[in-house]
Amino acid sequence: MEAGTTAAPGPPVLGAARPRRGEEVIKGLLVLAALLSVLTTTGIVISLLGETIRFFGDVGIGDYLFGKDWSPLFNPPSFGVLPLISGTFLITAIALVVAIPLGIGSAIYLSEYARPRVRRTLKPILEILAGVPTIVFGYFALTFFTPEVLQGIFSLDLQGLNALSAGIVMGFLVLPTIASIAEDALSSVPGSLREGAFGLGASKLQVSLRVVLPAALSGVVAAVVLGSSRAIGETIIVLVAAGQKPYLGIDPTNPAETMTAFIAGTAKGDIATGSVAYKTIFAVGMTLFLITLLLNAISIRFVRKYRQVYE
Amino acid sequence: MSAHGAPATPLIAGRDAGSPAIGSASTGERLRETAFRAVLLSCIALAILLLGVLLVDVAVDGLGVLSLDFITSFASSNAEQAGVQAALTGTLWLMAVCVTFIVPVGVATAIYLEEYADSSRWYNRLIEVNIQNLAAVPSIVYGILGLAFLVRGPLGLERVVLAGGLTLGLLVLPVVIIAGREAVRAVPSSIREGSMALGATQWQTIWKQVLPAAIPGMATGIILALSRAIGETAPLIVVGAATFVAFNPEGLFSQFTALPIQIFEWVSRPSNDLNDFKPLAAGAILVLMVLLISMNAVAIWLRNRFERKW
Repeated sequence: MEAGTTAAPGPPVLGAARPRRGEEVIKGLLVLAALLSVLTTTGIVISLLGETIRFFGDVGIGDYLFGKDWSPLFNPPSFGVLPLISGTFLITAIALVVAIPLGIGSAIYLSEYARPRVRRTLKPILEILAGVPTIVFGYFALTFFTPEVLQGIFSLDLQGLNALSAGIVMGFLVLPTIASIAEDALSSVPGSLREGAFGLGASKLQVSLRVVLPAALSGVVAAVVLGSSRAIGETIIVLVAAGQKPYLGIDPTNPAETMTAFIAGTAKGDIATGSVAYKTIFAVGMTLFLITLLLNAISIRFVRKYRQVYE
Repeated sequence: MSAHGAPATPLIAGRDAGSPAIGSASTGERLRETAFRAVLLSCIALAILLLGVLLVDVAVDGLGVLSLDFITSFASSNAEQAGVQAALTGTLWLMAVCVTFIVPVGVATAIYLEEYADSSRWYNRLIEVNIQNLAAVPSIVYGILGLAFLVRGPLGLERVVLAGGLTLGLLVLPVVIIAGREAVRAVPSSIREGSMALGATQWQTIWKQVLPAAIPGMATGIILALSRAIGETAPLIVVGAATFVAFNPEGLFSQFTALPIQIFEWVSRPSNDLNDFKPLAAGAILVLMVLLISMNAVAIWLRNRFERKW
């Protein structure tokens, strides 16, 4: 408006010659797209929360959290979630026993020992392992790893469907995740720390284990936490190879069922909206969501910590 | 703090008296070095060995059933006649829905976050943290979301191609956004400044300069996202991909099955002397892997062909 009054001679005005509404519209559309991701989270929380509240209208929260018997589709039903949680943690623990040493070992090798060319070859191969669909791992666990390796080579006495095989194979699925994040953390430790230690006469082993690894610890922890979250959320390997039988205990030669496997196994049948089976999916889903959310928050915190130190 | 981890005793102490040789270590030390290196190498070797065994196992089991008939036949309770046509077309339909959804939304979000958003504002930080979190939500939870909002509930689409494709799209959207942001960030700001200095508006700069330069990176991200979506089984089970479908989907609102679902069905079906479904599962895995490998090959080709160093 001011421009209107003093328009006549004046110096040339920099900036937009006329208002560009189109620019604003486009920006608005971009914001909408970005908001969709927030909407997705909201949708997840609303969908889980609504049915979960309805579920707890039918089932006592104490019976759910501390009950030792999970048989929601039996008559009379029982809704103790502990067997599913214990199954989830049993299989996750087995996976981590495999994935943590192998993943961190691979990461140290790639970051400290491998020559650039070797590293450029090996890293994509690990990425292929991470890209294999999980159903393929499930097939492998069921038709090869259990009969040929565990029952064959190691002649273990276990059932055809068991937690051990699913856990070990899942470990190899999680391994690339841990290796890749841990390697990032190890590589971001400044070279001066290594040189200082070498200068004091340390060997390569000592530098790797006592200087670089402790210096990158928060990143390595983040890798492990993220790996656990991945293992807890994994569905298909367990569904195919671990037997879908709720089991409260720590004997890995038994079949077991995880939270994810229960959800998938129950949703497979065409269940009626509002039925008890339908609500259990959401209650168990909520439990799973909260556990993984907590783990992700922890891992983000650890990553931020190591980034702060060295970047 | 970590420098304290360095050894207090000099390594040369163990050597026989004589001229102190800097740099070389005792035999025991060297042995330990070699052993450690061998242990590390065997970690990575074990992972690669497992990958190799897995691929060979699937190939050995599945190559026998691969034939043109296997691709063109529909599911059947008779293992001899069963094939993957419905699953293959179902998967292609899903990918089509998925890509039409993730490309505009993912690219727009990436551009907004990189070019417009002021990251000191709380709502922009919220969007970023939120995307980070979404990337780590288990895939089955997306299945539950799809079931509650797309299949039942407000949209009530039932168990159709559109619901499955959108569920997969939401699942891999964070991958597209994160890759897209990196691609946009890699375009140097001198390009933007040059364009603005010539009088282009912000959007003209993005549309004519930034976006074309970022396309190869974005395309790579999109293909990687699709190659994750194509192998996802769990969310599709929950949103109700049917396990026995003997027809191709006719459109967005048609019932469907998909390759991973078909594989899952064949793996978990009990086999007997007459019908062995495991080789069919392996055959279907091979079909899936061929799709995956070709998609990744395109991604690698794109990256090498169009990658620009500024």
